[in-house]
Order: sequence, then structure tokens, then C-alpha cells
Amino acid sequence: MHGKALPYLLLTPATLFLCVFFLFPFALVAFEAFTRDGGFTLDNFRTMAGSWKFPVTVRNTLLLSAVVVPIQLVMALLMATMVSRLETGRSAALYIFAIPLGISDLAAGLIWLAIFDQSGFLNTLLSNLGVIDRPVMFLGYQSKLTIFIAVALAEIWRATAIMMVILVAGMGLIPREYYEAAEVFGASPWKRFIKITLPLLRPSLQTAIILRVILAFEVFAVVAALGGTNLPVLMGETYNWQFTLQDRNVAAAMALFILAISIGFTLFFLRVLRVPKEARI
Amino acid sequence: MSTVAELSIAAPEARKAGNWLLVATVILLCVWVLLPIYLLIVNALSSPEEVTAFPKRFFPSFDFGSLSFFINFAGVARALWNSVLVATLTMLLSIGFGAPAGYALSRFEFPGKETFRFLVLMTRAFPLPLLALPLAVMFIRTGLDDTAIGLALVHTTLALPFAVLITFSLFSGIPVELEEAAWTLGCTRLQAFRKIILPLALPGIAASAVFAFTISWNEVFAAAVLTIENRTLTAFLLQSLGESPLYLKFAGGAALVIPALIFIFAVRKYLFAMWGIANR
Repeated sequence: MHGKALPYLLLTPATLFLCVFFLFPFALVAFEAFTRDGGFTLDNFRTMAGSWKFPVTVRNTLLLSAVVVPIQLVMALLMATMVSRLETGRSAALYIFAIPLGISDLAAGLIWLAIFDQSGFLNTLLSNLGVIDRPVMFLGYQSKLTIFIAVALAEIWRATAIMMVILVAGMGLIPREYYEAAEVFGASPWKRFIKITLPLLRPSLQTAIILRVILAFEVFAVVAALGGTNLPVLMGETYNWQFTLQDRNVAAAMALFILAISIGFTLFFLRVLRVPKEARI
Repeated sequence: MSTVAELSIAAPEARKAGNWLLVATVILLCVWVLLPIYLLIVNALSSPEEVTAFPKRFFPSFDFGSLSFFINFAGVARALWNSVLVATLTMLLSIGFGAPAGYALSRFEFPGKETFRFLVLMTRAFPLPLLALPLAVMFIRTGLDDTAIGLALVHTTLALPFAVLITFSLFSGIPVELEEAAWTLGCTRLQAFRKIILPLALPGIAASAVFAFTISWNEVFAAAVLTIENRTLTAFLLQSLGESPLYLKFAGGAALVIPALIFIFAVRKYLFAMWGIANR
């Protein structure tokens, strides 16, 4: 039990596990998506794309990601820089900012349901302020825009923490000397942020954005809690195909579609935000 | 000279204003995070009538009607138990498989190391809960369907990459010289690990175990796909969203959130170290 065999022995359980429960189901989902009743076919994709709901789900999911992720990026950067300049209460602020990290997307949906519901806190506040006479139905089937806003707010609230934590960890890796040098030459805080923090933070930005975009495509429970079926998204439709419509093959095609756009965006951000080897800290 | 003097006079004023702005923004952001949670708790600690009433009060009445309705609702106690069971199994599996791999990555140079790291990192480019769909069929064939262990296996694919990367960083932080000293004093590799490395790494391993528990506790999609009778709390709440009354939803939401708050508090020291290493 020594020497060369030991590392492999230690890696075997994890590797086997990932092969059986990650690579294999991945192959299986691809297989199911391209077959029906035992034969190769593209029908599942045709059925998927032919459904009237499909364009709507794609549009909703992409639109939601396009609205949510940039706002989260700015908020996460703001939180991370604020915290790094705080003299007292730093760890308390960090802990509070990180809290949503531990909160389930379903719970986040329910939290915002408490606010946006017809008898919820937003209606109470508006009526106390005299803005409205009677409660407004924010989440009804006729108010798609407010459902969208509520879901976007819940997503921003829930998942900014994950980006913030990655960025804070990344900022910790930037050597102090760069800032000191910039200060000596009279660079303003804003200039230091643009010229030092942002470029050197690129690897962390890349990780944070990729992770967040993939999670944004996976949005499911928040929408289920707030919008029900009024705001169809990709994961919700996949769930629908699997259970309500009882068609595993089309559900697999949906899953493959989500995987494909996730991988597409991952490759895109790997390329756009790539860091040359020489430029790494 | 005069410009320097001016600067040193003007600077404290500007800094003071800047500090105020900084503190105010941080407080505002804290309120943004905490207020929604507070409002959920207010709902959970009000009677069912108060929850559905309008207008609402912004303070809890400390009536446990909603909570006791929730706990006594058919299936809730069992769902809670299932959630704890699945999360515990996930925790054990991901640390059991992940920690040895993390140790190997931190201590050895060997061919295939990069391939393994790539495999682990690749899992993060995939919406993993989707893999529950094909597994649902495989589980029916192998008798793992609708069991805690079956769901825990899927949750472990979510938690394992984290466990590997976190333990990798933990072990890398412990100087290899400590181990070598133990070997020269007659310890075997295993003894040296057990007596020197493990005690030093234990708090961090516990933190990553809690993290794995939280990942499983919070997961919704795979849980809803893979369980029917033995639903976890998230699956139960998701599937009863359509018909359950508001106060049941909010009490259920609070039951999900409170343990998560405690978990995050328990591992707060490690959160940033974990994600720092998850960067590379």
C-alpha cells in the first residue's frame, strides 16, 4: 500500500462515483433524447420545439438570466468592495451578505411570496401609504410583468451571495502592493478599482459568471412558488414533460437542450474572459 | 507645499463623508438581505387567520397556530425526517468519497491528476439536477427508486465536487513536513495521518460536511423527480404549492430557512476559504 498505487487507490471511490452518477446518466439522457421505442429519431426534439410553450419558456429563461445576472454582478462587486474597505463589523457584514447562500430556491420563492402575495406585505405597505385602496393582485395570470419582476427580485436576492463570496475570495488574492503603488501615484479609488481590481479579478469573475449563468438556466422552484404556470421556464417545462405529460424522451430532449445552452455559455465565457497563463497571480 | 497642506486638511472631511456613505450602503444591503427573511418569520409566527388577513401587521403575534398546523399536517413530519436522512447520507457519502480524493490531490504528483481535476470541475458546468431524469428509470430497475439512499446518491454528485476541492485546500494548508516528521519518528503513513493530519483538518472537514448537508437539504428538482412516497421537505412543499393554504407555505418556508441559517452560521469561517479555492 505505498508509493505509486496509493493516490490512485484514494481517487478510485470518487472517480467511480462520478462515472456512475455523472458521466453515465449524462450518456443515458443523451441516448433517451435521441431514441423512441428503441429506434434512433429526432422526433423528441421536434415535439419539444413544436410545443407552443417552447419559445415562451426559452424566451422567459434567457430574459430572466439577461436581467438578473448583470444586476447580480454589479451588486456582488459592490458588496465585495464595500466589505473590503470596512474597518469595523467586517465579518458581521460578510456573514449577513452570505446568508442567502444557504437558502433553498424554494424557500426564497416562498419568502418573496410573503411580500408579493395579494394579502402580502407589499400590498399592506402600499395601502398604509395610501397609494392603493384595495390589494392588487401582483401574481395573477394577467400580471405577467409583475410576476417576472417578483421572480427576478427573488433570484437577485437569493443568488447574489454566491457571486459575492467568489469575488471576495478572489479580491483577497490581489497583492496589497499594487494598491499601495497606485496610491503613491495618486490614483483615485475609482481608478484603482478599474485599473487594478477588475483586471486582476478576471479569473474570479469568470468563475462567478459561469456558475451564476448555469444556475440561472436552472431556475425552477422560485418560479414555481411565485408564478406557478404563469411564467413557464425551461426546467419547469422539463418537469412538466416528465410528470404531467409522462413523456420521458421529450423531457430528456429538454434536458439535453438545457445542457447544450449551459455548455455553450460556459465556453463563451471561458473564451471571452480567458486569462493568459503569464497574467495569473 | 501648500497643496500638500490643503490635501491633509481636506482629506479627513472627505474621508468622513465617504465613510458615512460606505456604512450607510452596507447597512442598506444588510437590510435588503435580512428584511425578506424577517417578513417570512413574521408570517410563520402568526396565526393562520392573521396570515391570510389584510392589511398585515409588520410584527409577529407569536401565535404558533401556523407552525402547529404545519407540523401536524399529514406527511410533514415524515418529509422532515426524510430530508434529514437524505442530507445525512449525502454528507457521509460526499466526505467519504471526497476527502480521500482531496488528500491524494494535495499530497501526490501523479499522471492522471489533471484529468481527475478536470472531471471534478466539469461537473460544475452542468445543471446536475437534470441527471435525476435518466436516473429515475435506472433506479426503478435497481430498486433504488423512492428511497433515501437513491436521492442521496444524486445529491452526492452535487456535493462531491465541493467536498473534493475543500478537503484539497484543507490538506494543502497543512505542511507536509509535519507528516514527514511523524514518519521519521516511526509512524506508518496511516498512523501519521490519523494522529497528525486528521486532528488538524477535522474542523474544516466538519465544515465541508455541513456544507454538503445544506446542499442536500435545499435541493428541490431532483428530490421532486426521484421521490413519491418518501418525499423530502422541499419535494413535499413543491408538490403541495398548488393546493396548500398560505400559512402552510410560509411555515414550511420557515422550516426550510431556519436550519439553513444555522448551518451557514456554523461554517461562516470557512465559506470564503472554500470558495477561494473553488476558483482555480
